[in-house]
Amino acid sequence: MLITIAKFAVVLALMTGLAVIMGMYLARVFNLGSHSLAERQTYRLLGIDASTEMSWSHYALALLMSNAVMMLLGYALLRLQTWLPWNDLNIAAQTPDLAFNTAASFITNTNWQAYSGETSLSNFSQMAVITFLMFVGSTSGIVAAAGFMRGMSRSSAQAIGNFWVDFTRTTYRVMLPLSFVMALLYIWQGIPQTLDSSAVVSTLEGAKQQLIVGAVASLESIKHIGTNGGGFFSMNAAHPFENPTPLTNLLHILSMLLIPAALTYTFGSMLMKRKQGWVFFGTFLVLFIGFLALTYHAEQTGNPLLSALGADQSVNSLQGGGNLEGKELRFGIADTSLFVTTTTGATTGSVNAMHDSLTPLGGLVALAQMMLNCVFGGDGVGLINLIQYAILTVFFVGMMIGRSPEFLGKKIEAKEIKLVMLSVLAHPLCVLGFTALATVWPGTLDSLNNLGPHGFSELLYAYTSGTANNGSAFAGFNANTPFFNTTIGLAMLLGRFFTMLPLLAVAGSLAAKKTLSESAGTVPTATPLFMFLVVFIILVVGGLTFLPALALGPLVEQLLMLSGQTF
Amino acid sequence: MTFPTKILMWPQIIRPALIAAVLFMLITGLLYPLLTVLAGQTLFPFQAQGSVITRDGKTLGSALIGQNFTQPYYFHSRPSMTQMTDPNDPNSSISHPYNPALSAASNLGPTSKSLLSSVHSRVQEYRKLNDLSANTAVPVDAVTASASGLDPHISLANAYLQAQRVRVNRGMSQEQILAVVKAHSVPRTLELFGEPRINVLQLNIALDEQFKPVLPTTKLHENNHEE
Repeated sequence: MLITIAKFAVVLALMTGLAVIMGMYLARVFNLGSHSLAERQTYRLLGIDASTEMSWSHYALALLMSNAVMMLLGYALLRLQTWLPWNDLNIAAQTPDLAFNTAASFITNTNWQAYSGETSLSNFSQMAVITFLMFVGSTSGIVAAAGFMRGMSRSSAQAIGNFWVDFTRTTYRVMLPLSFVMALLYIWQGIPQTLDSSAVVSTLEGAKQQLIVGAVASLESIKHIGTNGGGFFSMNAAHPFENPTPLTNLLHILSMLLIPAALTYTFGSMLMKRKQGWVFFGTFLVLFIGFLALTYHAEQTGNPLLSALGADQSVNSLQGGGNLEGKELRFGIADTSLFVTTTTGATTGSVNAMHDSLTPLGGLVALAQMMLNCVFGGDGVGLINLIQYAILTVFFVGMMIGRSPEFLGKKIEAKEIKLVMLSVLAHPLCVLGFTALATVWPGTLDSLNNLGPHGFSELLYAYTSGTANNGSAFAGFNANTPFFNTTIGLAMLLGRFFTMLPLLAVAGSLAAKKTLSESAGTVPTATPLFMFLVVFIILVVGGLTFLPALALGPLVEQLLMLSGQTF
Repeated sequence: MTFPTKILMWPQIIRPALIAAVLFMLITGLLYPLLTVLAGQTLFPFQAQGSVITRDGKTLGSALIGQNFTQPYYFHSRPSMTQMTDPNDPNSSISHPYNPALSAASNLGPTSKSLLSSVHSRVQEYRKLNDLSANTAVPVDAVTASASGLDPHISLANAYLQAQRVRVNRGMSQEQILAVVKAHSVPRTLELFGEPRINVLQLNIALDEQFKPVLPTTKLHENNHEE
């Protein structure tokens, strides 16, 4: 127990320190100074003028259009897989609905996988489709945040920056160098990085084992730094080749939290409101610690039904105990709980344990964090989602005390609130609407791997994960059917762009307004009180929206488990 | 809302979008992974190829990937849910523990009857195999399937309960077996991260090198008790 608390404290301290360093660096990347030679060459190739800035709509359109072309390119390469190089194992091309789902999944930073990496992708596709889309998908999120923050920091301005410049600089100065260094650390720890596809060995008992290898480390590093989450292997970061040691597990966790946490600091730095950045960081942290404690407690307590059968789940000097079904021994309960909370909080979707086999309350945390979608959140979009709740909080507080709401010196008016509400409502509508549709659509229940309330949780999890652009799954669920590939693909696109675009519009609208000086009537937003108000609003809005669905899934499952009811 | 005019669409939006897709595919999708291959193969050639253990020119497996052990003179790995294509029917799969060609887990929830009956039979078998009394609590890692189906480790508690069986089947003394197990216990990283554990493959290789089994090798059979 003491070790666990020390471990959590060390991880959170490391995360905070790295967030400050990275936050400062990101602010420098976004505050355009001089451009490097590679950057200038890139602008020339793209044919753009780096000094021209764009309005929010122009910026958003460039993001949408580039993402659309990249998604199409990824789709084409997946369909042409058999014609492309490095396909030693003669893997067939993906079907149209599966290739649509995969391309949509990776461009939206979701990384939902309706396929198994080992049997569905060649080494070429793992690099030129998956690794490529991981880079551009996550960079698009960060760039959206850059435009968003720039918009909020300006006064009476029309432009929020140049999308192509932000995109190029973020790729060259942040994503590529970080991923390269991290990939080398990963190879040192045992993650393969080769152009070979497999190696055959003969085991001690004389059987043949076909080890699948490939360019794993280079994918693994961007997968976590970019809060992407799609695995090289079917079992993702639980696979020893994706996550061989407790050290790689720690690096994965820190990588996932790095940019979402750092952006709060960048925000404070770009708006010259350092305290405001820390208040946002604190909001993330309070929610994260609460959810982490719940996961750890539930998983370490374990499954009473297993104890009844003679399995020893207790902690002692010789074992870590807990609910180990679907978990890897090298990580145990504490490191797994950290990973589960991080990956669903920072909407990465990489998994080092099978979430389908978590205890009901452990599964509840995973679901709830994706439903709230702002416990750190994905690269860029986490901060955007949090600010949307902050604006909502200012609005509620303003209503309660009868003052016109202001946020960071800008008047919040009907237009901003409408846009925020569009985003706040699109998310649950997408999650719950599609889940409801799937429960009544003919044939969908054949995809379930579990019966009873857990089966419903599998469906709910799939659409929550898709909409929140998380990508993790209750993986017993068979998602590779035309119905699920199409609807989950749509959920990913709607979930991504119906939160990102309205909030970019808010930033554009706020940039155009004059910055007012604080008056006695202004609600201070850089205080601990405001932090708790935001946490409260997030939990109330999320709770009111999603509790009924959670009650039908994990909550009732927990009660049934305690009473010994099985399915 | 000020959407860009048609004249601006091509030079500022569409043309850069087309070029950016191809350019960044080449840089992040090919150049970067290939450079990493080059660097990895130069700096850490053993790890980059999958940490394959070689003895006398024979490849015995990867140090990171678990193997299926059924013989009484070996320590046994955790239950694995990996499968392979049925040789008699290409459309269905059969159990094939520790198949690294397709990692897999049970993905069964805590109230699943199927999970509970598997655990029940694993507990019974474990007790029988290791000659334990009917009320011995069995370490949870020995009766639950891992996430990857390739977990190379077991807990110390699990190893000590199996040690007696291995000792008898190899004619070792109590001190010898405990010494080998102890030598292969891996502590937490920096005393903080991960769990204390034992790599089953490396432990069994060490046993094979130092202590030959005393019993004649029984004929190898597909033992699919993990289902």
